[in-house]
Parts: sequence; C-alpha cells; structure tokens
Amino acid sequence: MIKLRHVSKAFHSTSASSVHAVCDVSLTVSAGEIFGIIGRSGAGKSTLVRTINRLSLPDSGEVIVDGRDLLKLDTRELLAARREIGMIFQHFNLMSSRTVFDNIALPLELIGIPRKEINEAVNKLLALVGLIPEAHRYPQQLSGGQKQRVGIARALASKPKVLLCDEATSALDPETTRSILDLLKRINRELGLTIVLITHQMHVVKQICDRVAVMDAGQVVECGSVLSVFRSPQSNVTRSLIGDVISSELPESVLQRVRRRIDGRDGDEHPDHLFRLSFVGNEVDRPLLSEAVKRFGIDFNILHGQIDEVQGQAFASLTLLVNASKESLDGALALFKEHDVTVEELSHVL
Amino acid sequence: MSSELLNLFFTSFLETLVMVGISSGVGALMGIPLGVMLNITDEHGILPHPVFNRVMGLLVNAVRSTPFIILLVAVIPFTRFITGTSIGTGAAVVPLTIAATPFIARLVESALREVDTGLIEAAQAMGATDGQIIRKILLPEAFPGIIAGLTITVVSLVGYSAMAGAIGGGGLGDLGIRYGYQRFLPEVMAAVVLILIAFVQIVQSLGDRLVRHVSHRGRILQVKT
Repeated sequence: MIKLRHVSKAFHSTSASSVHAVCDVSLTVSAGEIFGIIGRSGAGKSTLVRTINRLSLPDSGEVIVDGRDLLKLDTRELLAARREIGMIFQHFNLMSSRTVFDNIALPLELIGIPRKEINEAVNKLLALVGLIPEAHRYPQQLSGGQKQRVGIARALASKPKVLLCDEATSALDPETTRSILDLLKRINRELGLTIVLITHQMHVVKQICDRVAVMDAGQVVECGSVLSVFRSPQSNVTRSLIGDVISSELPESVLQRVRRRIDGRDGDEHPDHLFRLSFVGNEVDRPLLSEAVKRFGIDFNILHGQIDEVQGQAFASLTLLVNASKESLDGALALFKEHDVTVEELSHVL
Repeated sequence: MSSELLNLFFTSFLETLVMVGISSGVGALMGIPLGVMLNITDEHGILPHPVFNRVMGLLVNAVRSTPFIILLVAVIPFTRFITGTSIGTGAAVVPLTIAATPFIARLVESALREVDTGLIEAAQAMGATDGQIIRKILLPEAFPGIIAGLTITVVSLVGYSAMAGAIGGGGLGDLGIRYGYQRFLPEVMAAVVLILIAFVQIVQSLGDRLVRHVSHRGRILQVKT
C-alpha cells in the first residue's frame, strides 16, 4: 500500500549547516496492517510520516501510495490523493469555531458533497466513534479522548485507504490511550484500513502494531514484526525503547545484593552465573525451568523479570542467578536453546 | 439648552456616525483582504512571498505611522479626486478610510496569526485548496479576533473623526471645539465628551458581547494593536 524508497529530507537552518531529518529511508507498508514507526523525539519520524501525504516534500526518493508516486503528481492530483490519506494528530487540531458534527463534516464540505449526504455520513461516523451525544458540543467542552475521537471520525470522513497517526495518543492518559488504540484496532479490522502510526511509546507499538520500524537520527535502524523486534532487538535504541515497557536493566539494588553474595562465598563452590532468558509464545506455557532443575540439578534464583503480552502472544523476560556445575549448566542451556528460548549471559555486569 | 443647540448636537452626532460608519465599513472591506494577504504571504504562511509581504508591510506601516492630522491634509488632492470636494463630512470619510484600512489589516493579520498552524496542517492533509483554507479555516477561526479588532477600530475612528473637523468634516468633535472652545461654552464641550464616552462604551460592550457570542475557545481574546 505504501512504499517509501530512499526518501531523504533535510532542513536548512539560517546558517550553512543543515539537519538531515530523514536520511535514505526505505519502507514498505502492506495493505491492512498497522505499521508503527517508533523513535525518540527528534529521530525524524514526524517528518517521515508527513512525506506519506506530502505535507513534507522530500528532497529525494519515491513515495508511492496505492500505486501512485506522490512526488510526481500536480497540485490537483495531490489534493485528490490526500483525500485518500486520513491523518490524526497529537494535539487533535480541531476547529474551535465548529461543533463536533461540523468538524467531522469539514472534509466532506471541502469536496463539495451535498448537505444531505454529509449529514448521513457524519451521523454514521459519530456512531462509529461513540460521540452521538456530543454532536452539537464544541471541542472546548470535550475531554482529550473525545477530541481524538472527533479527529478520527474527521479523518475517516473522506473514506481514506490509509490513516496516518502522528503521536495520536501522546497527549492522553494511559486509560484514554488504551481506548483510542482499541478504536484504531477496531477500525483497522472493520474497515480494512492501513494504519501508519508514529509514537515514542513502545507500549503503543506493543498493543496494536503488526510491524514496527525503529528510527534513530533520521534512519531506520531496525524493521520487522513487533514480536521479533521485542525478542531480539538489534540496536541500542530499540533495546532502550523496549526497556520502557519491559525493563531489561537490573535495578542497582539487586546488583548490589548479588555482588555481596558473590563476595561472601569461598572459592570451592561453583561460580554464579547471571542469565537473561527471553521466552516468546508457547514456550511460556512449558515448565522449562522446573524441567531444568529436575534433569540437571541446577539451582537458581529469579532476580528480576516480567511476563507480558505482545501481539496476543506471551512474552517473558527473566533474569536468573544460576548456581550449578559446568556440566549441569551446559545441559540446561542446551535445553533452553532447544526450545527457542533466547539466553543472554549477563555475568559481566557483576 | 436651546432647541437650536439640541439640533446641532443631533446633526453632529449623525455626522460622526456617518464618518465612523462608512470609514470602518469600507476600511474593513479593504483591510480584511489586506490582512489576509499579509498573513498568507508571511514566511510561515500558506503562500509565502517575502517580497510582496515586505512591500505591503512597509506601506501599511508608513500609513500607520503618519499622524492623522498630517494624513488628513496630505491626501486632500486624492480626496478631491474621489468626492469632488475637500470639505465636509463626505470628504472626511476618505482620509478616515485610508487611516482605518492598514489599522484593520494589521489587526486582522494578528488575529489570523493566532490560528493554530496545526489546524492548517490538518486542512492541508484533508486536501483543502489554499482558497478553502482561507475561507473555511483561517477566517472562521479568527472571526472572534477580527470582531475584537473591528471594535477597536471603530473606537479609534471616533477619536480620529474629531480631528476631521479641521477640514470641515463636522461631527461631535468639531462641535466641541467650535462651541466649547472657540465660543467659550464649556458645558457644550462637557456634553460632547460625555456623549462620546457613552458612545464608545456602547460600541465596546456590543463588540465584547459579539466576541463572546462567536468565540468557542473559552478564553479571553487578546488583541494587540
């Protein structure tokens, strides 16, 4: 549905220096998927998403949406193409002088749809986003979540094929965020809408995205299914973003406790090892740890960990302090690997 | 107070109304488009055009910084060209309008600048044309600010119109000077001032009420002159 090829965009400041906001980015978004673009602020994701409807004109590259290269369109064709790409914003961008109803009607008025058809369409959209009682109120009187619902209804009015979400939930509290994401997911399923969502919050990606691209300094450093990115992040940026939802860093207090324990023991015993195990999906259901204990007689202590759900699949990350002989340890590690558990040795942090 | 004097008050008041009414009306007709042009050709506007913007800005500033009493005399040839005379209420309307237009243009420009750029971006994302952005987004969103600006203009023009008496424009200010000052009738002067205070008060509160009625933003609009 959306193909970006070697898209670059630089902003020229007053001095001779220029900032490469987006640098040679290539991405493909399939029809009907929810595609996340995540990055810290200033990573260039806002600029990148704006090239998809040419609110931001790239310096070079190709932007193909639904088979058309947006950069080759003349003004009239561009305006028509933009009607097939809805967009919602962090700060909603609703007209304060229009009621909820009239805000949603705006894109249809711009196309010149007859009033009667507009009324029908708007009423349907109001029902879809659950705002019928609010129809004749002004944005000023609404909560943040309600405003974003108006934004979504307005973006859907011209029956777009693609919905761009620019930090759509960043100004909302966690509960409202969840309900807005649920609404987006529902729209994605019911209308078959392709959604491109940019965010700096990994939990947003975790909750609704199918695939995700991680941006840093204008470039895509990593791209893949959300599950695979969570399971084996390739870059430090990704690891730190995932750390916001599933903490991988051991708290300092835990480390200190472990260090004290190691210092306090004599040399005869087996050395302690610190491991992080990452489980995905079915492995979580298997009693692997107890199997390892029974078969290889290892001794372990769970220091830190989390079990969560990513894309409907269980995802667990556990940090263990293991004490065992070399043979038992090797046996246990082989068992874990055999069952697709990612094992990371962390002993060096001690 | 004699009925002759009462009559004089009445006609003077009407003259003031005519001068202020026509000049603010025509001033708005020219000043609003000018303000829109200033806004959209700004470097952050929807149709940036630095040269046009700079030239227009200079012109507007030039008229605004000319003291009105000088403007009044300086444009006499133009006034004569338009109205056929340089004396009287009709003639006074011309310099008043010339003063009002850039005044309104700047107030409109600043009201338009208050419109959130995110809103314009949203409209562009919807596929709105530049004309649609002006008509459907910028002007409706800035409407309360424009009304507030027009109110300020009317109030200022009441003051300016008093000076128009200098070219025989008539009006309350002229009455105050001629009877109150030159004929030593301080009570006429006081009455003129009282009437003007009441008039300005009424205009301002009507304007404020209208702004409150059309504004759904829930905050007091601040208009910078």
